[in-house]
Amino acid sequence: MKAEISFILNGSEVNVTIDGHLRLIDILRNTMSLTGTKEGCGEGECGACTVIVDGRAVNSCLYPAHEIEGKSVTTIEGLRMPEHKLSEIQQAFVDNGAIQCGFCTPGMIMSAKALLDSNPNPSDEEIRDALQGNLCRCTGYVQIVEAVKSVAGQIMGKK
Amino acid sequence: MKNFHYIGKETPRPDAPDKAAGKALYIHDLERPGMLYGKIKFSNHPHARIKHIDASKAERLNGVRAVITANNSPEVRLGFLGDNVALKKDKVRQYRDEIAAVAAIDPDTAEEAVELIKVEYEPLPGLFSPQEAMKKGSPLIHETDAQGRPRTDNLVPLRYRHQSGDLDAGKRAAKYVAEGEFSTPRVQQCCMGTAGCIAEFDMNSNLTIWAKTQIPFLAQRDFNRALSDMGLRDKNTRIIVPALGGGFGTGLDTHAYEYIAILLAYKTGRPVKIVYARDEEFAYLSPRQSSITKITQGCDQNGRLTFREVEVLQDNGAYTSWGATYPSVMMMPATSLYRVSNIYFNAKLVYTNNTFCQAMRGYGNPEHTWALESNSDELAREAGVDPYEFRIINCNKPKETTPMGFKVSTCGLKECLQTVAKKLDWKKQNKKGKCRGKGMASLVHVGGGGRIYRSDASGLILKLDDFGNVNAYHGGVEMGQGLHSVLTLGIAEALGVRPDKVFINPLDTSTCPWDVGTHASRGAFMACNAAILAANKLRGKIFKLAEELFPQEAEKNLKKYRKKNPGYKPPAFDFVKEAKKERFDLKDGSIFIKGAPPEPWLSLDLGRLLRAIHFRTQGQMLATEVFYDPPNELPDFAKGFGNISATYAYGTQGAEVEVDTETGEVKILRMVAAHDVGKVLNPRALKGQIYGALAQGIGYALYEELQSEKGKIVNPNFRDYKIPTAQEMNFPIDLEFIETNDSFGPFGAKGVAEPGLVPTAPAIANAIYDAVGIRVRDLPITPEKILSALKKLKASKG
Repeated sequence: MKAEISFILNGSEVNVTIDGHLRLIDILRNTMSLTGTKEGCGEGECGACTVIVDGRAVNSCLYPAHEIEGKSVTTIEGLRMPEHKLSEIQQAFVDNGAIQCGFCTPGMIMSAKALLDSNPNPSDEEIRDALQGNLCRCTGYVQIVEAVKSVAGQIMGKK
Repeated sequence: MKNFHYIGKETPRPDAPDKAAGKALYIHDLERPGMLYGKIKFSNHPHARIKHIDASKAERLNGVRAVITANNSPEVRLGFLGDNVALKKDKVRQYRDEIAAVAAIDPDTAEEAVELIKVEYEPLPGLFSPQEAMKKGSPLIHETDAQGRPRTDNLVPLRYRHQSGDLDAGKRAAKYVAEGEFSTPRVQQCCMGTAGCIAEFDMNSNLTIWAKTQIPFLAQRDFNRALSDMGLRDKNTRIIVPALGGGFGTGLDTHAYEYIAILLAYKTGRPVKIVYARDEEFAYLSPRQSSITKITQGCDQNGRLTFREVEVLQDNGAYTSWGATYPSVMMMPATSLYRVSNIYFNAKLVYTNNTFCQAMRGYGNPEHTWALESNSDELAREAGVDPYEFRIINCNKPKETTPMGFKVSTCGLKECLQTVAKKLDWKKQNKKGKCRGKGMASLVHVGGGGRIYRSDASGLILKLDDFGNVNAYHGGVEMGQGLHSVLTLGIAEALGVRPDKVFINPLDTSTCPWDVGTHASRGAFMACNAAILAANKLRGKIFKLAEELFPQEAEKNLKKYRKKNPGYKPPAFDFVKEAKKERFDLKDGSIFIKGAPPEPWLSLDLGRLLRAIHFRTQGQMLATEVFYDPPNELPDFAKGFGNISATYAYGTQGAEVEVDTETGEVKILRMVAAHDVGKVLNPRALKGQIYGALAQGIGYALYEELQSEKGKIVNPNFRDYKIPTAQEMNFPIDLEFIETNDSFGPFGAKGVAEPGLVPTAPAIANAIYDAVGIRVRDLPITPEKILSALKKLKASKG
C-alpha cells in the first residue's frame, strides 16, 4: 500500500512516498537521513525518538507515517540556528553538563523544547513531569533539569 | 599546591555540541555500501539437545543472502574459558543460545527468514539455581570443557580465595557478632543505545569492524583468533569505535553477535550489520552478575572489627564471561574496606541454565559492599555503637597496607564519613511520628587503574601540525563518561596550549596506540597520566629546537614591531643568550623565555615556531608517543593478594528516607555523597559521573531486576523493567569532593566512574532500617518485601 504524503519538515515542505506500515521515525532516519532522532526501544517507552509534531512532543517510533500528512514536524536537526549555532536549549544542555553518552539527548531536548514553547517558565515539578517519558541512563537527570531551568530563567530575565 | 590553568575549571565537553545537535554518529546511524542486515535465531529452550535444524525455507526466501548454522560454518570459540561458541551445534544451555543467523537485504527480510528456520529439540532437565546445580547427580550443563576433557560437576573451574590473620583468634576476640546472607539480582545495563556492529572484509581477507566496544585492542586479539578459527591465518582486524551510546560494562566482552556478523560478512562478501532491538538487548545481552553472599563479622567491646568471614555463591549462567570474575573485585572491599586483620573470603561459581553475565559498573563491588555495609550496620547496632562512629573507629588510613596487599597512598575516607554525617545532620533525631530514617555506607574502589591483565597500560600519540593544533590518538573509549573532556584538559594543561587546539581523534585500532580497555574507573587516570608523559616529551623536543629557532623568529618579530612603533627601544635582554631549552616555557599556545620582559615580540605563537621547524632544509614535524603503565600488580586471585591499583578511591554516601508502612513505598528525601577523588579535573563532568552512578544505584536498591522464569527473561522491556526517570530522581543530592592530591594521580586525580553506584543500595537499606526497623537482605528492596518484613516484625513483637 504505497502512498504519497506531504508535510512540513523543519520548516520546509517535503513529499515522500511511503509504505503502509512505516513509522514516522523510519521516514526521518531512513528516507530523509535525519539520524539525529534515535530509536532506543521502538515501543514508546524511552523517548529517544521524540520529535515535535504541530507543537507537541511525540514518540516518532509509535507515530504512523501516513498520519503526518499536512502536519509540521520539527526534529533535533531543525533546532540549529543559522551560522552554525546551537539553539538556546541545546546550548544550555552543553553548558550545564547535561550530556554524557548523548543517545537520549536529541529526544530529551525535543521534550524540553516542547515544554518551554508551551510553558516558558516551568516549575521543577513541571520539568520533571515533561521529561519523565525520556529515559537517560547516564546523568541521573540532575544536570538535565538544571539545563532546562537555566533556559526558563533566561526567558524570565528577558521579560 | 600547584595552580592549574584548565584543570579544575568548568569547561564544556568537546563532544557535547555535536551530541546536542544530533550529529554524533552511533552504530545505529552507520551504513556501508552494499550492506546486509543480520539477524540471529535464538533458542526456544533453556537446556536441550539440538536434533535438527531446517533452514531450507529461510534460504529460499527472496532477499536472503546467507543462512549460517554450526553445520555450515567454522566453529568460533569465545569467552576466557572458551566454553562458548558463536553458533551452537549439539546442545543449547540457555534461552539466548545462538542457533542460526541470516543476512538479508533489509531488516524485515532478515526477521522473516529467521522465523522460517525450524529447530527440533530434545529437551533436557533445566537447572535454574546454583544450589540446585551443585547437588550431586545433577545433570551436567557442560559434559566436557573447552579442551574436550570430561567434566564431573557443574562447578566453574575458577578459584577466588583470601585468607589472612587468624580467623579463629578473631572470632575469639569478638564480643559481638553479626551474621547474614545477602543477595543481589541480575540487572540490565540499559545503555540507551543498544548493542551492534558492522563487519566488513576487504579483498585481502582482512576484517574491519565498527564495534560498540570498551576494549578495542583486546577485541582485536579475540577477532584475530576468530579469523584464524575461520582458516584466515595471519589476517588482521581493524576496529573502529563509533559514538557508543553508553557502555557501563557491556563493551568488555566480545559478543556472539559480533562473531556471527563476521561469519556472515565473510560468507557473503558484503558488509553485515547486526543491531539489537530493545527486547533482544534485555533478553540476549549479558546482564550484571547476581550474587549470594554469606557474611559474618565480629567486633570487640569498643566496636573494633576483629574478623570478617565471607562465602560467595554465584549463579554463573550457562557460559563463562566476565561475570565469573566478579569475586576478584568483591575481594577488594572484603579485605580492604575498614581495618580488619582476620579475614576469610571464598567464592564458588556454578553453571546453571540461566543467562550468563558480564560486567556492569562497579563489577562485584556493589554486590559485596551491599552485604558488607548492611552487615556492618547490623554489627554496630548489635554492639551498641552508633553506625557512623563504628565506621570512624574502623576507618582506613593513608599509607596503610591492607590484608590484600593494597598499598594505600592517600585515603580520604574519614573526611568522607565526617562530611556525610555533617550534611545529613546525623546526630539530629529523626522526626517523631514519621517513618523516617538515615543511613550511610562507604566504599573502596580502584582509583589508579586495575591490573587484571598482564598489561594495564594506555598509549597516547600527540601529533602537532603547522597551526599549533594538537592531534591526539588514544586507545581509551569515550562512552559518555567524559574521557575526551578530561584528556583534552590534561593535554592542554600539561603541554601549555588552549583546550580548543586539542583534537581527540576517533578511536581506530589502526591509528591509536594500545590500551587495555576502558573499565575499572581507569580512563581519566590513565589518559591524563599518559598526557603528562607525552606533553613533557613534546615540550623537551620543542624547547630544544627553539634554542636555534626562537631567537631567529624573535628577531623578525622585533623588526616588525619597530616598524610599527618608531622610536621603540627594546629592554636590555639578550634573548639569543637566554634561549636555552631549560629557560623556555609554553602557556596558552605561546612560547616564551621565563623571566623575559613582557614584550609582545618576545612571545611566539606555537604554530609559528612549528612552521619554522617544518619549513627549512631538513625540516621536521613534531610528534610523540608514550605508553603509560601504572605502578600496580596483577594479583593472584586464588591467594587473594596483590596491589591491583596504583591508588584507591574512597567514598561515603548517605540517604534519608521515608517509608510508607501502608504501601511499602520508600521515598528518598535526600542523598549526600562525599568522594575522595584525589583532585577534581572537570567539576561538571565529575558531578555527572556521581549523579548518574547514584541513579543507577537507586534503581539497583529499589526496583531493578531482570526477572526470569525457568531461565527465560520475562521483563524484556522498559514497561516491566523500570529504571529511574526524572520523577524518581526528584530529591536533593548534595555532592562533596575530598581532594587528597594523590601522588600517583595525574594532577592528583583518582578514578571516579564507578564509586557513586557502589554504596548507594546499602546506604538506602540502612536508612530503611533506621526508619522502620526492618532489614531486607535481597535486592531490590521492593514494596512487597518491605510489607512482608513489616508484617514479620509486627508478629515477632506480638
